[in-house]
Amino acid sequence: MALPPAKLSADEELKRRRRRNSIALALVLGFLALLFYALTIVKMGPAVFNRDL
Amino acid sequence: MALAEDNGGFISIAGGARVEDYFALLKPRVMSLVVFTAFIGLLLAPGGVNPVIGAIAILCIAIGAGGSGALNMWYDADIDAVMSRTLNRPIPSGRVARGEALALGLICSAFSVAILGLATNWLAAGLLAFTIFFYAVIYTMWLKRSTPQNIVIGGAAGAFPPMIGWAAVTGDVTLAPIVLFLIIFLWTPPHFWALALYKQGDYGAAGIPMLPNVKGEAATKLQILFYSVVLVAASFAPGYIGLSGWLYTAVAIATGLGFIYLALRLFVSRESTAMKKRARTLFTYSLSYLFGIFLALIVDRVGHLLGYV
Repeated sequence: MALPPAKLSADEELKRRRRRNSIALALVLGFLALLFYALTIVKMGPAVFNRDL
Repeated sequence: MALAEDNGGFISIAGGARVEDYFALLKPRVMSLVVFTAFIGLLLAPGGVNPVIGAIAILCIAIGAGGSGALNMWYDADIDAVMSRTLNRPIPSGRVARGEALALGLICSAFSVAILGLATNWLAAGLLAFTIFFYAVIYTMWLKRSTPQNIVIGGAAGAFPPMIGWAAVTGDVTLAPIVLFLIIFLWTPPHFWALALYKQGDYGAAGIPMLPNVKGEAATKLQILFYSVVLVAASFAPGYIGLSGWLYTAVAIATGLGFIYLALRLFVSRESTAMKKRARTLFTYSLSYLFGIFLALIVDRVGHLLGYV
């Protein structure tokens, strides 16, 4: 029989929340990087390959 | 280690906020209406826009609106703590520190304006910056606590998104986006005063000079009726200027008559409980009304493009 989950202490809960916040922030930063990449590609347009080497 | 901080009377636990609390600072419900109206402005604008650029523009407008919402919650934490409607917001409930809300608001505002400018044009970015400034400074810091006409003038902040969406595509502002602006601008007073009528105890306790608290219920009901009539008249303008066809006008007439009927029903109500119930009905209806006529603008445009309308 599974034991009931132990109650998290305040410090553990705080750590868990900070970890979630850090992951969320990392995702936001990753998304921003992707956004700038996509924006750059779209702004340059297909003519980017059409140039003198 | 958890650190309790005293932020000007609000006790919060440093680093104890959840992701959802920060998201709540951005006022997601307001953001959804802003996204919707900005999207309509973007779609109705002549000419095309790259879908990626369009999506980035809408995202920037949403984040900019969210940033101004966070700045509003940062500044208004004292009065939010008094009103039942806002008591559970992240700052008054102690889940987020005031400084964190200020930082989030400033970062979201700055990034959204800068990215919108880089992705589309600086007129759209300038309009977004002005909207954030208008909502956070002109409305929140100045008008809200000083005049019963607060939401009439402050309503301009909520009316800008379709204009920004339009400007993001065309790079200019013509009569059509001004008409879209005007519809939301005139919709704001009856919408908020209906809310203020059934929540006037809250606003009175917080010391906010909303119209029912300052001028009384009768004057508020009359002003609601007046703005409702002007709003419905203005809602026909897209048909006059050729922005939409008969389908939109038919929806505007039908839903507009409903709006005036509910405003009139509120105007003639005498007994307090019935009055509050009717005010609540008008408040709920006003949300569906705005959604309905903006949706009709798009359906009309798509129908026209496909040859059905």
